[in-house]
Amino acid sequence: MTTIQRKAVALISGGLDSMLATKVIQEQGIHVEGINFYTGFCVEGHTHAIRKHDADKVKRNNALWVAEQLGIKLHIIDIIEEYKNVVLNPKHGYGQFLNPCLDCKIFMVKKAKEWVDEQGFDFIITGEVIGQRPKSQRKVTMPIIASQSGAEDRLLRPLCAKNLPITLPEREGWVKRELLYDFSGRSRTPQISMAKNFGLNDFAQPAGGCCFLTNEHYSKKLSDLWQAKGKRDYEFDDIMLLKIGRHLRPKPNFKLIIGREEGENLFLEGYRKQFTHLKVISHMSPLVLLDGEPSAQDIELAAQITARYSQGKDSERVEVQITTQSGVSWVMPVVPLAVSEIPQTWYI
Amino acid sequence: MMANYELNAKGLLCPMPVIKVQQKIQQLTKGDILTVYCTDPGTQHDLPAWCRVHGHTLLTLQQEQNEIKISLRVE
Repeated sequence: MTTIQRKAVALISGGLDSMLATKVIQEQGIHVEGINFYTGFCVEGHTHAIRKHDADKVKRNNALWVAEQLGIKLHIIDIIEEYKNVVLNPKHGYGQFLNPCLDCKIFMVKKAKEWVDEQGFDFIITGEVIGQRPKSQRKVTMPIIASQSGAEDRLLRPLCAKNLPITLPEREGWVKRELLYDFSGRSRTPQISMAKNFGLNDFAQPAGGCCFLTNEHYSKKLSDLWQAKGKRDYEFDDIMLLKIGRHLRPKPNFKLIIGREEGENLFLEGYRKQFTHLKVISHMSPLVLLDGEPSAQDIELAAQITARYSQGKDSERVEVQITTQSGVSWVMPVVPLAVSEIPQTWYI
Repeated sequence: MMANYELNAKGLLCPMPVIKVQQKIQQLTKGDILTVYCTDPGTQHDLPAWCRVHGHTLLTLQQEQNEIKISLRVE
């Protein structure tokens, strides 16, 4: 009699839980491949690495690194466009900030289910643990995710399966329930212990920090973007730029994005053709992007702010080059604004 | 017959260059060579890692100033 090789797809975030969940299922002889969804809000080591002072941080994609440790294929899938609806219209609402965690999980499991159906895989696994996350990983949300994603009993959470109803892979005997786990709560001790038993000593600990939407500061900038646009919407470049630089909104009709150091200035250089931009030419200066529709007076204010963040901040007068999107460029001599002239309310 | 292809992923931040390579490779066949041009320093780690997990062969990785050129063979 031939045994069918059963296949599962694991949602790989790059953190420890999904790594362990995959390992548990691999140990039961299941062929596992990973999926990692790219929403545009993912916190990547590389985004941080744009900044020179973070240059010593490891520039690895944690999901890929996890896949390599586990010896599985990883499919990174771009869901940027489709994900907009999750962020803009979360059926289950937001968490503490603009994080639609429950809708996000439902959406990702739904996408995984589509992938499983297309690729002829048998079931889906996640590293969810009951009680681990306040919004999406609760006993009451587990069945919601399973049903609203359409995965139903093809969704297996190996780390807490014993606390949940039996699933198809367990019922069919593809995996043994007695070899699954009953983790619950916020403690990381069982996971750390399991990692040690598997010989896994190096792992990322995102602990909810894998998405910019769980970040208060980022969420504030996103809210400001919606307010300035007059509608709840965004483009990919919008959400990328929210990750970079110092953002100041001196007036409702425009904001400035100021590079904080060389790496960010280089990144912002790539957007010069899409924005009016400013740079002090008489002194060392950050690159400043101006987003909005400024008046002539606003441009002068923007130049004074740019001067404030340049090496010429204490000079009586500095020269700021202003270049519009259409490439028209001129030099404006300005007096840098004093620190006291920049109210805290301008900082987004 | 083996063919050479190029992919411009300059200006894209990871994981977008990896996603673009993944999409491009779906259209290629075994033995084809793909050369990718990138600017994100993270690609120096991610594209070789992606090749390893999918069994493709990394042929060369060169960095000149802010540009990274990576060649791989589809297996």
